[in-house]
Amino acid sequence: MGLLSDPNRRKALTTLLTRLNTPICVVCYLAGIAWFMGLAFEPFTLRTYMSENAMGSTMVEERFPAGERALATGREFAGHKRKAGGMPVDWLVKTMQDRGLEVFTQSFSRTLPFPDENKERYMVRGINVYGILRAPRAPRTEALVLSAPCSPDNSNNQAVGLLLGLAQYFRNQIYWAKDIIFLVNEHDLIGMQAWLEGYHHTNISGMDYTPLQGRAGSIQAALSLELSSDVITSLDLILEGLNGQLPNLDLANLFHAFCQKIGVMCTIQGKLQRSDWDTAEGYTHAVQTMMLMVLKQASGRPWGDHGLFLRYHIEAATVRGVNSFRQYKTDTTTVGRLLEGMFRKLNNLLERLHQSYFFYLMPSLSRFVSIGYYMPAFGLLATILLLRALDLWVQLGTPTEVTEDGVGEVEPPSSPGVLSVLTPVVISHLTGVALYTLPVLSQETAVEHFPVSETEAVVLTAIAIYTAGLALPHNTHRFISGEGTEQGWRVLKLVALLYLAVLLGCTALINFSLGFILAITLVPVAACVTPHLPKAVSALAMVLLSPGCTILYCVFIFQELQEAPVSLSEGWMLFLSVISQGILDHSLFGSLVYPLLALLVYPCWLLLWNILFWK
Amino acid sequence: MGLGQTLCACLKGLNVIALRKACAVLMVVLVQILRSHWSLRRLSLGGGAEDVEKPNDVTGPVSSSEPGQSESAAVSSGGPVAAPVSEADEPAEAAAGGAVSPPDQCDEELVLRPLRSGDIYASFQFRTQWDTDFLHHGKKVSHYRLFPKSLGQVLSKFSVRELHISFTQGYWRTMQWGQPFIPSPPGAELWVWFHNTVEDVDGNWKELVNVLSGIFCASLNFIDSTNTVQPSASFKPLGLGNVTDHRFLRYATLPREIVCTENLTPWKKLLPCGSKAGLAVLLKSEKLFHSSFHSQAVHIRPVCKDWQCTSTAWELRQTLNVVFDIYTSGQGKKEWSLFKMFSRTLTEACPLASSSKVYVDVTDNPEGELFDLSPVTPLLSTAVVLGDRRTYSVYDLTKKETFGQLRSLNLVLRWKGESGDMLRPLLHAERYVAGFGLQTGEIHTLIYNNHPYRAFPVLLLDSVPWYLRLYIHTLTVTSKTRENKPSYIHYQPSKDRLRPHLLEMLVQLPPHSVTEVTVQFERALLKWTEYTPDPNHGFYVGSSVISALVPSVVAMDTNSTQERPLFSSFFPTKEESSYFVRVYTEPLLVNLPTPDFSMPYNVICLTCTVVAVGYGSFYNLLTRTFQVEEPSQSLAKRLANVIRRIRGVPLL
Repeated sequence: MGLLSDPNRRKALTTLLTRLNTPICVVCYLAGIAWFMGLAFEPFTLRTYMSENAMGSTMVEERFPAGERALATGREFAGHKRKAGGMPVDWLVKTMQDRGLEVFTQSFSRTLPFPDENKERYMVRGINVYGILRAPRAPRTEALVLSAPCSPDNSNNQAVGLLLGLAQYFRNQIYWAKDIIFLVNEHDLIGMQAWLEGYHHTNISGMDYTPLQGRAGSIQAALSLELSSDVITSLDLILEGLNGQLPNLDLANLFHAFCQKIGVMCTIQGKLQRSDWDTAEGYTHAVQTMMLMVLKQASGRPWGDHGLFLRYHIEAATVRGVNSFRQYKTDTTTVGRLLEGMFRKLNNLLERLHQSYFFYLMPSLSRFVSIGYYMPAFGLLATILLLRALDLWVQLGTPTEVTEDGVGEVEPPSSPGVLSVLTPVVISHLTGVALYTLPVLSQETAVEHFPVSETEAVVLTAIAIYTAGLALPHNTHRFISGEGTEQGWRVLKLVALLYLAVLLGCTALINFSLGFILAITLVPVAACVTPHLPKAVSALAMVLLSPGCTILYCVFIFQELQEAPVSLSEGWMLFLSVISQGILDHSLFGSLVYPLLALLVYPCWLLLWNILFWK
Repeated sequence: MGLGQTLCACLKGLNVIALRKACAVLMVVLVQILRSHWSLRRLSLGGGAEDVEKPNDVTGPVSSSEPGQSESAAVSSGGPVAAPVSEADEPAEAAAGGAVSPPDQCDEELVLRPLRSGDIYASFQFRTQWDTDFLHHGKKVSHYRLFPKSLGQVLSKFSVRELHISFTQGYWRTMQWGQPFIPSPPGAELWVWFHNTVEDVDGNWKELVNVLSGIFCASLNFIDSTNTVQPSASFKPLGLGNVTDHRFLRYATLPREIVCTENLTPWKKLLPCGSKAGLAVLLKSEKLFHSSFHSQAVHIRPVCKDWQCTSTAWELRQTLNVVFDIYTSGQGKKEWSLFKMFSRTLTEACPLASSSKVYVDVTDNPEGELFDLSPVTPLLSTAVVLGDRRTYSVYDLTKKETFGQLRSLNLVLRWKGESGDMLRPLLHAERYVAGFGLQTGEIHTLIYNNHPYRAFPVLLLDSVPWYLRLYIHTLTVTSKTRENKPSYIHYQPSKDRLRPHLLEMLVQLPPHSVTEVTVQFERALLKWTEYTPDPNHGFYVGSSVISALVPSVVAMDTNSTQERPLFSSFFPTKEESSYFVRVYTEPLLVNLPTPDFSMPYNVICLTCTVVAVGYGSFYNLLTRTFQVEEPSQSLAKRLANVIRRIRGVPLL
C-alpha cells in the first residue's frame, strides 16, 4: 500500500494499467474461462470425505426387510388414489394410524398468477397428510422428515409405499432420538411450500392453508423420495434447491457412502461416475456433469421437493429412483435399507449438519470443487470490469496530457451534469420495473386483444417489453445538457461498469453459477462498448449477448448436456416455458432469479446499450 | 455394620467357600450386636432423648447395601437382616403405639393405567413420613430412621420449607395418554420454598443446587441466576404454611438435562428398602429406560401429623412414572404383564412399609369387555382422580394370599378388543417457534380448552433465557380470533447474562377454544466464549407452565343419576367440581447466529490481515495529506539562520 501513498509510484502503476489494459483484460477473460473448465479436471478437484464426526465411524446395520410389503402397500395406495381421483386422504390417515403414528392433515389452496401449462394447473387445492413418529424419551425438539409426493399420474406410488413401509419398520425401533415426520404432499412443490409455511407459521407466498395441528420441533434434515418402478437400476441424487441453494455437502457424502456400502449404483445429474479421468472422454464427462449442475443451480428453481426446505436452514436432498435398461437391478428392500441407514445416521447427529461445505460444485459424486477453488474463475472475470473502470477513471481524471504532475491539479474542463447520467439510469430501471410487473398485470388485456392463452400472453408481454426497452429514447441527455460529450458517456460507462461489478459480485456470492454465466456474456459487452464502434455489427453482438439470449443458449446447452438435443423451434418453445416457469417460481416460491434479471441485470445491460447509441 | 461390609469387600476377591462361611458367621454375630444396640436405642428413644448420637443409620443393612457389592455380601447382609429387624420393629411399634403414633412410616404403591393407545402407564409412589419438627424448635437432629439422612441434612442446613425436584426423559403426550398423576417438564425441574427466616435466599439456593447436584448425580449445578426465576403466582407451596411471599421461592428448569441410570441409582438409594424388596425390585434400569417416557421425582413438604394438625411432619414423596410403548416394548401385542414390563415379578412387600399396594385402573373395564386382568382381585377402590371418578383393582402386597400359590404376583393384562379414542383432555397446550432465519422469530403458545361449555382461567408461566430478546410490545393473546386481555400480567425483563425473562399471565380460556399467545424475539449474538461446545445444536428454552383449576369431568356429567342418589347430586360438591392441573409444553430448540468455529485460525489471520494491511493503509490514504518534502537544510545553514534570527535579519 506504500505503492499508493507514493504519488510517483502510483502514477507509474496507473500508466502501466492503462497502457496494458486491453491485453490484461483479454488474458483475464481467457484465464477465467480456462480456470472454470479446469475445475472439472480430476487432479484439480478434491475427493469428498465425511466431515461430520457423528456420521463417520459408527456404521449402522441396516435390517429393513419389508420391500415386497412396501410395494404391495404402494399398489394399494395406487388403487385408492385412482378411486379417490387424487390424494386418498382417509386411507392414508388410517394406514398411518395403524402404523402407530400421530397423523395430521393440512389442506391448502393457491391460485396461480396465470395457468401453468407444463403441469396444467391454475386453481390448486389439495391436502397434505403427515404422520409423526414420536421418538421414545425425546422431548419433541428435533425432527427428521421423509417425504414422498403424491403425483396425479401413475408415478411415485412405490415411493409412498416405501415411505409407509419404512414408517412401520421405524416405529418398532427403540433407538430414535429425533421425531420422524412422514409426509405425503400433494401437488409436489406447492403442497410442500404450504406444509413448510404451515410448519414455520409464515406466509411469504400468499398461500391459503389450514394451520398445522402437530409439530415436532426444529427439523434437522429432510429427504424427499421419488420412486416410480418396482426395481431400479440406479438412484439419482438431486441437490439444487431454491435460488441455487445447496444442502451441506455431508448429506451428499452420506448418500454416496451408503450407496457404496449397500452396493447401489448412484448418479448425480443422471450421470454415472467414470474412472478414466485422464482420457478426453472422461474429462468431457466430468465437464458435462459439472455444467449441468451449474445450469441447474443458475436457474434458481427447486429441482426436487427438497428444494424448499433449504430456506428454513434444513439440509435436504431428493433421492430419485431411475429405471433404465441396464442389467443390474436393485429391489425396493435395498432402497429401503439405504434410506434406513441414512436416517439412522441422521438420527445420530448431535448438531445440525454444518461441518462440511455449503458452496460447492460436483463434477462427480465422489469429487467436489469448493468455493475457494471456483471463485477465482469468477474473480478473473470481475477483474476485467474493475480494470476497465480504472482505465475510465484515469481517462476522466486526465483529459489532456499537458500537465506532468497531474494528480488532482487540473479540473476537468466541463464535467457532465448529474442529470445526464441519472436520467438513463432511471429510465432503464423503469423499463426493468415494467418488465417485472406488467406481464402478470396485463395478461387479461392481452388475452382480450390477441388470440393467445394467459400463459402465452404473459411470456409474450415479457418478451415485448424486453424488446421495447431497446427502442427507448436513449439520448435524453441531449435534451437536458445539449450535445452528448465524450465525458458524458465515459461517466455513464464508469457507473455502469461499477454497477455491474457489484451486481455480479453479489450474485456470485449467493449463487455462483448464475453470477458466472451472466459474467461470461455481460463482461465482454461491458468491457468493449463505446459509441465509436460500428453501430450495426456491435448492436447485433450486444443483443446476442444480452441476458435474454443467455437464457436461450442455456436452454440449448442444457438439452445438449442432457443428451436430449432439440431443434430450433422446440428450443424456442422450451425457452418460452422457461420464462413462464421463472415467473411462476418467483410468485409461488419466492425464487429471486426473475426479479434479479428484470430489475437489476436488464437495466444494467440497457445502460450499456445506451452508451452504444450515445450521440 | 460398616466393619462387616469392609470385611466382605476384602473377602470379595478371595473366592474361598470356607472364608465366605466364616464371613457369614461373622455377619450373624454382628447382626446380633446390632440388634441389641438397636433395642437399647429404642428404649432410650422412648425415654424422650432425641439427641442420641449414633454412628450410622439403623436401616443401613437394608438401604445401604450397594448394588455393586458381591452377591454373598448382599445375601448375607440384606436377606436375613431385613426380616429380623422388621419383625422386631412391629411388636415394638405396636407396644409404643396406642397413644403415640408411630415415629416414622412409609407407604409404597404402584398404579397401572392401561392407555387406550395400547401403551401402559406405570406410576410408582413411595411416601416416607418423618415425624420431626426441627424447623420449629431449632433443634439439631442427627437421628434418622427411614428418612434419608442426606436429604434431611439438606433440609436443615438450607432451611428448606419445600423441595420439588424432577428428572424427566421424554415428553408426556397429553393427547394420547391423558393427564399424568404428577406432571413434569422434559429435563430437570427444581423448585424450592425456603423458610421465611432465611436472609440470603440466593446464596442458599446456589449452595443447595450444588449439593443436590451431588446427591442426584445430575448437572443441577448449571442452575444459576440466568435460569432461575421467582414466579409470583404459578408455584404455591403444596404443604403446610401460608407463606406466599415469592421472595422465598426459586424455580429453575434445565431442559437439556439427560436422565439416565446414574440418576436412577441415587434416587433408589433414598428408598427405605432400597431396591431390594417391595415394589422397588421392579425398578431395573434396563427396562425403565426401554420406554416412551420416564420421569422420576422427589417431593418434600411439611404435612400435618394428625387431622387436628397439632404437630407437623416431613413428607418425602418419591415418584417414578414410566410409559411403556406397545410397539417397541410390547412387540405390537396388546398384552402386558409385570414381567414383560419390568422383567421381574413381585414376591413381597417392603418389610418397612406400613402399606404396599398395586392398583390397576379398571374404570373403562367394569365387565371385563376391554381387557382381561389376572389374577382377579375382589378388592376394588374408587376415587376421584383428576376430576374423573376412577375404579381400581387393588392388590395388597402385605397380605399373603395376594401372591397365590406361586408366591409371586405377576399381573397380566390382556386386551380383547380394539382400543377406542381417549377422551380428549380438557386442557392441553403446545408451543413452537415460528419464522425462519437467524435474526428474529416468534414464540407461539397454543392453549386448548376442550370443555364444551365452561370457561376457566389458567396461569401461564414463561421463562425465556436472555439471549432471546423478547419484544414484549408484540405480545398478543387471542382466542377465537378476538383479543383476549389477560387479567394479570407479571413481567420481569431480562438482564443480559444475569437473569431470564419471566412472564406470568392469568388468561381466561373461553369454552371449546384455542388461545394463542405469541411474542416476537430477536436472537442475540453471543460472545464467543458463551457458546456451548455444540453451538449448532441450538439453545434450549424451557417448557412454559400452565397451571389451572379445571372443571372436572364428574361435574360436567350432570345427568348421571344411576350411580348416585338424587339427593346428593344437585349441587356439585366442591372437591369434585374442579381439580388442579399443571401442563407443561414442549421445550424449544432455537438456533442462534453461530460463527464458524471450525476455522478460528483462518478467521483470526484474515481479520488481522484485513485490519493491518487494508484498513491501515486506507486510513493513511484518506487522512494524510501528501506534500513534496523540501530537502533538509544543512547544519551550517541552520546555524546561520539562528544567528540571523537573533540579529533580526531575514532568514536565508
